[in-house]
Amino acid sequence: MNIFKLFKIALTALSLNVMRSILTMLGIIIGVSAVIIMVAIGAGAQQEVDAQLEAMGSNVLMIFGGWNNRGGGGTAAVATLQDKYAQMMIDELYGIEAATPYVSGRAQIIFGNLNWSADVLGTTNDFFVTKNWNLLEGREFTAAEMNSGERVALIGTIIRDELFGASNPIGQSIRVGTFNATVIGVLEEKGPDARGSDQDDVVVMPLKTVRNKVTGINRNNPNSVSYLEVKGSDTVSMTYLEEEIDNLLRQVMKVAPDAERDPFRILDQAERIESRAETQAIFNTLLAAVASVSLIVGGIGIMNIMMVSVTERTREIGLRMAIGAKPDDILNQFLVEAITLCGVGGLIGVGIAYGVTYVMETYFDMVTLINPEIVLISIGFSALIGVFFGYYPALKASKLQPIDALRYE
Amino acid sequence: MTEPVIRTTGIRKAYHMGDQTLWALDGIDTVIEPGEFVAVMGPSGSGKSTYMNMIGCLDAVTEGQVYIDGNEVSSYEPNELASIRNEKIGFVFQQFNLLARTSAEDNVKLPLLYSQTPEEEWTERAMRCLDRVSLSDRVDNQPSQLSGGQQQRVAIARALVNDPVMILADEPTGALDTSTTQEIMALFQELNENGTTIILVTHEPEVAAYAKRQLIFRDGHLVSDELTANRVSLDIEDASLITDPAQLG
Repeated sequence: MNIFKLFKIALTALSLNVMRSILTMLGIIIGVSAVIIMVAIGAGAQQEVDAQLEAMGSNVLMIFGGWNNRGGGGTAAVATLQDKYAQMMIDELYGIEAATPYVSGRAQIIFGNLNWSADVLGTTNDFFVTKNWNLLEGREFTAAEMNSGERVALIGTIIRDELFGASNPIGQSIRVGTFNATVIGVLEEKGPDARGSDQDDVVVMPLKTVRNKVTGINRNNPNSVSYLEVKGSDTVSMTYLEEEIDNLLRQVMKVAPDAERDPFRILDQAERIESRAETQAIFNTLLAAVASVSLIVGGIGIMNIMMVSVTERTREIGLRMAIGAKPDDILNQFLVEAITLCGVGGLIGVGIAYGVTYVMETYFDMVTLINPEIVLISIGFSALIGVFFGYYPALKASKLQPIDALRYE
Repeated sequence: MTEPVIRTTGIRKAYHMGDQTLWALDGIDTVIEPGEFVAVMGPSGSGKSTYMNMIGCLDAVTEGQVYIDGNEVSSYEPNELASIRNEKIGFVFQQFNLLARTSAEDNVKLPLLYSQTPEEEWTERAMRCLDRVSLSDRVDNQPSQLSGGQQQRVAIARALVNDPVMILADEPTGALDTSTTQEIMALFQELNENGTTIILVTHEPEVAAYAKRQLIFRDGHLVSDELTANRVSLDIEDASLITDPAQLG
């Protein structure tokens, strides 16, 4: 008997008991949608992490000044780092592609009658390398501008959108806090960083300009910077580089060998994001595993109903055998019924998963990602569950003797 | 030369009850030729149902041979038996055994599902058989919308649909009242007039009286094989005169 006939028979039989069929499918529906949703949440989180890593650039270490415990339990960076350390690291250490010092502050940005508060970052052209950033339009700083601390600025896309709208910002003069600066370029969009704050909401200026006019010079340490970023080449391991930098800085900053803590901190941001992502992945795998248990439970539900169905339809089976159904025809009929239940349940589950992830994205601002492979695997797996849990009842039906089945009361 | 529809040679069937062996059939030799109308009679426990199961290929013999239309089915595998049941035998049961919530037409088509008949011919064949049992106007009705007699006629149409060599009816009137019984028996007689071999299993002499020949079983033995002495003969018109139209629904 061909497969289309079998599916027709199965659909007819199932449609005679619509309510029961739907209730039977419920286990599979819930199982499949739960698995897909869990995996989609996991994949979405992974995608976010990947985007963050991509934006950050690989092989980057951040070096902050020493941490000071404050009364309230909070911590603050102390200005112990100097801008010359950047060049020092490049000179002394092997495997460094770029080292960039940063001075960061905050200022009110004004253009015309528009007013916007933004991060102001003072740095060198090296930041393009360490932050893995590019210009959307305009130009980099010139050496002269950096040396003399000219009032020139590169702006992030958010600043451009907020202050200039559609008009061209290049060459325009904006007010940064207390002084005017000329916009010489726009940075390409970068999205939120690992902590979720938007990196495009920024004005980048030469280091000297920001130190002199925005943050002010620290009397105790006139060459201080907020932090440094070091990009290692692909040939060195980050652990090695971290150790080397640690040694160098301890030397330069004259840290006593028995000092309780360093006056600086080296942070491998990528590693942190990755380890957080790993924790998240384990958690998601666990959730998906729990969800797949519900698939199995759904399969047992299918088996249960198929057993009832075989018993209930014993006379029908007897009749079918009497009029010429072979044992295999009966086996296939019930097997296909189970597979159809699971397959249709799986499809409905996929539909629900799409609906739920849409709601999560639209109303709860979550990132989810449904892989076509996961959808296919789920449907295939649920059909497999149909075969697995449908086989025993179907076999039981096919093993009935026609004469006993016909006489069954 | 035409083969007999059924030939049995020395068939025996044993049932085991603990360490006792009970011979439900004990050496039965029968020949039924095409075109016959045979009633298989006997009280319960006589072996008539066992005999029907043997010639209906529903159960296996312990000893002896069963030939259906020249095929020695006693040596067949379950799948081959299924094919014989499908092609050679049309079953009619006491409880009709129609599929619930399924139209008369689809019920009649059921045996075609397991046959080699091309699907294009199904509807035409089902309609022709429903016409032969005078139910052309009820093709879309489900069993619950049909009277007992009509349901049994759907079952007879189903038995006819694969052009079997015989119809094997197991107490076909057992669940019907007297007038409907007459209606069904008249239908069997008419089908037989047109060449269909009919084997009827019954314990009621009144029903057996419609057949041309009567086999009587007792304690596993065939005790009598005679032509019907005073055969009741009805044609459809006579039957419908007797039948109260109200009962036909």
